[in-house]
Amino acid sequence: MSNILDTMTIRELQEKYPFIINYFEENRLDVEGFEDKTFQEYLNHFTEEEKEEWALDTRKLLEDLSSYIVQMVEFLGLEEEKKVESLTIIAGTDKDGNKEGFEELTIYKSEIVSIVGPTGSGKSRLLADIEWAAQKDTPTGRTILINGEVPDKEWRFSSNNKLVAQLSQNMNFVMDLTVKEFLELHAESRMVEDVDRVVEEIIEAANNLAGERFSLDTPITSLSGGQSRALMIADTAILSSSPIVLIDEIENAGIDRKKALKLLVSSDKIVLMATHDPILALMADKRIVIKNGGIEKVIETSKEEKRVLAELKRMDNIIQNMRHDLRKGLTINYGYLVTDNHKGHRNIVILK
Amino acid sequence: MNLVTVSGPPSSGKTSVILKVIQALKERDISVGVVKFDCLYTDDDILYQRAGVPVKKGLSGSLCPDHFFVSNIEEVVEWGIREDLDLLITESAGLCNRCSPYIKDIKSVCVIDNLSGINTPKKIGPMLKSADIVVITKGDIVSQAEREVFSSRVNSVNPRAITMHVNGLTGQGAFELSTLLYDESANIEGVQGKELRFPMPSALCSYCLGETRIGEAYQMGNVRKIKLGDENE
Repeated sequence: MSNILDTMTIRELQEKYPFIINYFEENRLDVEGFEDKTFQEYLNHFTEEEKEEWALDTRKLLEDLSSYIVQMVEFLGLEEEKKVESLTIIAGTDKDGNKEGFEELTIYKSEIVSIVGPTGSGKSRLLADIEWAAQKDTPTGRTILINGEVPDKEWRFSSNNKLVAQLSQNMNFVMDLTVKEFLELHAESRMVEDVDRVVEEIIEAANNLAGERFSLDTPITSLSGGQSRALMIADTAILSSSPIVLIDEIENAGIDRKKALKLLVSSDKIVLMATHDPILALMADKRIVIKNGGIEKVIETSKEEKRVLAELKRMDNIIQNMRHDLRKGLTINYGYLVTDNHKGHRNIVILK
Repeated sequence: MNLVTVSGPPSSGKTSVILKVIQALKERDISVGVVKFDCLYTDDDILYQRAGVPVKKGLSGSLCPDHFFVSNIEEVVEWGIREDLDLLITESAGLCNRCSPYIKDIKSVCVIDNLSGINTPKKIGPMLKSADIVVITKGDIVSQAEREVFSSRVNSVNPRAITMHVNGLTGQGAFELSTLLYDESANIEGVQGKELRFPMPSALCSYCLGETRIGEAYQMGNVRKIKLGDENE
């Protein structure tokens, strides 16, 4: 790599590796007028005074650029080769050193697993174990396998390729940008080629989840809670590089949670969801019960539970309809409680 | 004894991260002490005391905090060795974005937070760019997209650093960070003769010397003027 930096001009470098413009930009290196020089020659033009003035470490800038190019080339070539098909958790111990109540759990892509257990029971630790791809080297002694194998250490340290994306209840947008600018920024950092198309795709998906539509010109900080959540989920599904998504509860207001999960799963993500909401918990294929820092057991969602889920969804629809109509200024009556079940029979929900 | 220098902008979460890391190190029977550097005020030493961590604090007062750090690090390391620590962590706030307390061959950690804005990596100088490990905090309150954009910008100013996300409240990631900080083979006897990674700016102007009056007539030494564009007209 250092060889090509010695011989190629900045123009040649930019043609071959268009992304290095980010490197120049973030390091505030103005290479204009030096396109026909090598990067070393460009660095040589700084006087000692300028280097001190702007805190420039030219030797480091040169070495860093070559690392940066290597990393980005790897990152861009990554997408296809490094698909994550499955995540396996092999049991460790709980806080008292007792073996966890399962042997091995494998979750395949497009599967949803929920995580239940009281606050402080060890959810963060489980998430951290996955994020770090633990190899018996964390307090729980768990082992994490990806595609059935010990994963590359790179997952731990790469800043562009984290194994896990996280979506939590407290998350907010803090940037002062419109939805469009925000999505473009994210797409650019992910080196997406067709930015406009991706931005369109995300807003479409987000609006499909949100109760109230919003446009590309809306400032992200003025989105409602439901809209923000919808945008975050659509953006994570479509644009995040991380193959595993950890969700910490999705509020019931202003967002279609079933569609949200469907969207994530259809993007080939492995979805882990900490929740105590019965609809979400039962929507998962399996659920992990956490107790005293360890996984107490893994429960497969039973047929009966799935039937209960169908009822719950029906009740949820009633509430959603009322919410929708209340927003429009309508009045509520008993008719809302009458719904059709899947056999076409009229059902009355009796609230005890 | 191992020495690790931790620095980062005020309120980025340095103390919370260090406290969580120490918890993890204690599990491995590694004894850790902290020296907290600040400018005018800190009560972080109380937090460390409460956690049973041997701690000293140094307030730079009227001196440049980073210069104060370098002038004291030798004695601080001697204190740590007398206390029989396995690991001494120094904590200091980066106040002007130009200095950094990092020393060659001594592990350095920069803590910055997602809330500080995506242009922050560009604004912070050697404190971020020459760190071995960059810890990004407060990831639990911003969106996944902002986290990704932020860490990709950190990566473009310091591609060779290990970048980690640590949650100072829940401690998620702190254990992992702790495994990177202590290394038996990195023990030192002292820091005399070691060198800073990056020189600190040479500033000595009238105001460094206590001048309070405003106006060109009172300015001596290193004085520089903003280019307001009038000189070409």
